[in-house]
Amino acid sequence: MSLNTPSSGGSRHQVGLFVTCLVDIFRPSIGFATIKLLEQAGCYVEVPEAQTCCGQPTFNSGDRKSTQDIAKNVINAFDGYQYVVGPSGSCIGMLHHYPDLFESDDPYHSRAKELASRAYEITSFLIDVLEFDKIIAQYEGIITYHDSCAGLRELGVKQQPRKLLGKVNNLQIDEMEEAETCCGFGGTFCIKYPDISNRMVSNKNVNAGATNADTLLGGDLGCLLNMAGKLKREGSKLEVRHVVEVLANMTYEPAIGEANLQPNFDLAKEA
Amino acid sequence: MQINSPKFKESSRIALEDANLQKALGNLRDGFPVKRANAVDRMPEFDKLRDEGRDLKDHIIANLDFYLEQFETNVTKNGGHVHWARDSDDANKAILEICRKSGAKTVTKGKSMVSEEINLNDYLEENGIQPVETDLGEYILQLRKDHPSHIIAPAIHLNLDDVSDIFHEKHGRPRTDDPAELMQEAREMLRKQFVAADVGITGANFCVAETGSTIIVTNEGNGDLTQTLPKVHVVITTIDKIVPTLEDMSLFLRLLARSATGQEFTVYNTLSTGPRREDDVDGPEEYHVVLLDNGRSEMIGTQFQEMLRCIRCSACMNHCPVYGSVGGHAYGWVYPGPMGSVLTPKLIGIDKAGHLPNASTFCGKCESVCPVRIPLPKMMRHWREREFEKHLSPKGFRFGICAWAFFAKRPALYRWLARASSLTLKLIGGKKNRIRSLPLKNGWTLWRDLPAPQGRTFMDQWKKQQSSK
Amino acid sequence: MSTSRDQIFGNIRLGLKRGPLEGEALEKVKHRLAYHPSSTTPARSDLPQEQQVELFKSMATEAAAELIELDSSSQLPQAVAGFAKKESLKQLVSATADELMQLDWSETGDCKLLHREGKPGDIASLTGSFAGIAETGTLMLLSGPQSPTTLNFLADIHMVLLHESSIVGPYEAAWQKLREQGDSMPRTVNMITGPSRSADIEQKLQMGAHGPKRLVIFLAKD
Ligand code: SF4
Repeated sequence: MSLNTPSSGGSRHQVGLFVTCLVDIFRPSIGFATIKLLEQAGCYVEVPEAQTCCGQPTFNSGDRKSTQDIAKNVINAFDGYQYVVGPSGSCIGMLHHYPDLFESDDPYHSRAKELASRAYEITSFLIDVLEFDKIIAQYEGIITYHDSCAGLRELGVKQQPRKLLGKVNNLQIDEMEEAETCCGFGGTFCIKYPDISNRMVSNKNVNAGATNADTLLGGDLGCLLNMAGKLKREGSKLEVRHVVEVLANMTYEPAIGEANLQPNFDLAKEA
Repeated sequence: MQINSPKFKESSRIALEDANLQKALGNLRDGFPVKRANAVDRMPEFDKLRDEGRDLKDHIIANLDFYLEQFETNVTKNGGHVHWARDSDDANKAILEICRKSGAKTVTKGKSMVSEEINLNDYLEENGIQPVETDLGEYILQLRKDHPSHIIAPAIHLNLDDVSDIFHEKHGRPRTDDPAELMQEAREMLRKQFVAADVGITGANFCVAETGSTIIVTNEGNGDLTQTLPKVHVVITTIDKIVPTLEDMSLFLRLLARSATGQEFTVYNTLSTGPRREDDVDGPEEYHVVLLDNGRSEMIGTQFQEMLRCIRCSACMNHCPVYGSVGGHAYGWVYPGPMGSVLTPKLIGIDKAGHLPNASTFCGKCESVCPVRIPLPKMMRHWREREFEKHLSPKGFRFGICAWAFFAKRPALYRWLARASSLTLKLIGGKKNRIRSLPLKNGWTLWRDLPAPQGRTFMDQWKKQQSSK
Repeated sequence: MSTSRDQIFGNIRLGLKRGPLEGEALEKVKHRLAYHPSSTTPARSDLPQEQQVELFKSMATEAAAELIELDSSSQLPQAVAGFAKKESLKQLVSATADELMQLDWSETGDCKLLHREGKPGDIASLTGSFAGIAETGTLMLLSGPQSPTTLNFLADIHMVLLHESSIVGPYEAAWQKLREQGDSMPRTVNMITGPSRSADIEQKLQMGAHGPKRLVIFLAKD
């Protein structure tokens, strides 16, 4: 059934990277930064080719049937990996919903449960599983952190990114008010109810802007695109990045939505 | 209450542009959540109580028929009357009949969302009986011919000025914008009504099976005057309010006060059991409980059963960023916020309330504060599933989702789509690296830019890197 | 109305996929009802009695009740007279509970003492109480011929006599005390925590809505 044959990582932890569709399309550098961190932590990383999307768009739109098919694809694609790690609380959170999609006598039910038991969001994986915090990074500036909802409330991601950021040389954290309040992204929500979404992201940006931070970090690209898109429309100077970019010391790519003066397609080589 | 839920989108747009409403909603966001958090901090057992509250509610629902029978028996034993009402019509008729029998001209009312649900005020008025709301918030709304926008703070959408204006207009006294004076005015005006009323109608926060008692929880004391002074006390409530014992009720009272207003305890928790006793010198001569179902019994055994655990504390809406943005009226019916987004489709139909379970980011804040741990996002998703099955979702949206699913199930095609999308968007993004507008008045670019992709997809770059190793 | 009743019960049982409870299942719920188990009671009120009294005082004060401490309930008439004088009360409507009637009310100065139920326009009322609940500084009052409920709500100032010995820890202990009384439930049980209030105007708390604007507890050490 397995479409892939994970190679043995030897004595190292063997990780299948769940890239997520947004990172694949919009910001591959997040994927490479995640790999770099995992490798620094002593993991052996592979990227199963058969992966597509975690199924959130269909799941949250009520299309249960398609979600089941997509879930099966993910379950098969990541069969056999010791861990599944991804740079997104909501996509990894989605993997944790898979068991609900199948009746308990369906073999996919137990396979889904088994997948969920080894699926982790990147910062939580580093801290909670590997107990790794030997971050080798430098960041001259003040950041503020947005806790994306699914990571926070479904996976308990709160202190982990902060602990890791605490190890970055020269980096300062200035927490914003209501860091745990939704930014208004919500997947298809922001397209279906743009006016409400706009109010929510505006509130978020007011809170972020009220800090001394020059950079807004978070762990979910959907939220980051939303907040960056609004900040840039408003002409704000606040830069937006995924937390792994800072942790992996890979901040030379322009921040999200910033002008790209020199397109750099060969980023991969340096990673 | 008239159903305006189908107009959710339009209503929310209006709400977002209403500066007064936005100011009022600001008070909500800064108030309730902070107070709740402080109260919860003072009670180390709170999360344990939530677990127990959830389990107890599940036990009650699993034995609901038994507890309802016990309640009925004990109400009757204490000289009260129970009226069973399948729907609004049943309930309204039962109440009207009680009022008619006692020759009532005016009735005072404590705050009751169930009475809003059945449209009781309009029904009584049409039948020549004048209902008088006595909760300060409800009183203000009645003067304005307005409706509650919140289940425990009904006038939360109004500002001080609105209250000053309407009191000045209706009371014929000099205008004041001192909240204390306004409250004194309402107190004086309503005193007369309390005494004049022939029937007092209240809701119930809980019905205690072992004693046949109903309890109301208020801070103002209006509910107590409503149920003590008139000859007849009518309780309008629903079958899901049953608790077995006084001890069980105590658990929910602890959860309710803290989750609702962040108080240690609400000022007045009042149990009523039957009519006045033989030698009593005050209290009503008759005590009636109208037990409404209105579709609740049909939720048992379905994906929506857990919603019957709700104790109407309002924590979910107080913490909801969508409610906090548009307020309660946008939801278009009696129950707003997350609990309404689950309950309303059941009560008025998903065809009318379809927007409500969709207007959520599934941020999960509601579930994280619900005192009886109702998985509200999960149940909103169940409604979306029903809509999808019944082809009720908008066509374009459905098409988009199906197209996405088509690709997501086929990795090779999906790779191609990802590659095409990232390069196209990158191209449109140009030097600025972001996109200011997309075709078809796209919801995203209406209010924000779309950051452009970096270029080639991750998968392509990774493959290239692997093969050159 | 029996058809509505039948339909509601029918629906419930349909959803629960069973008929009326019987056998062991029925015995189980009956037992639970008779045994009325408590849920977790907060540790905060799990204290020796003197400390419960202290907790009651601090919680009641926090809820904006006023406390006047007495060495014995026999000092109540004097204390009430003093309070009446300070507040220039001309009239006080009192319950006829035994614990109040046994006291010597001959010296209340200018303040006239009436014994009746509460009426609109009353400025001050005086009642006894059944229990004090330390957990939240809550008074429990029972209705009866000698303690009409209207006295608890219509006056601007509600004065209450509470014996320290009547103070219990959590709500459950008060229910236990009520059960031990043996009689059936009174028509009304009032749990009162501080004076009346409302935050319905702009979410700002205002004291004195429809119930008493002040709650004065005379706490007697007995
Ligand atoms: S759903 Fe939960 S949080 Fe919302 S009102 Fe009901 S009990 Fe309270």
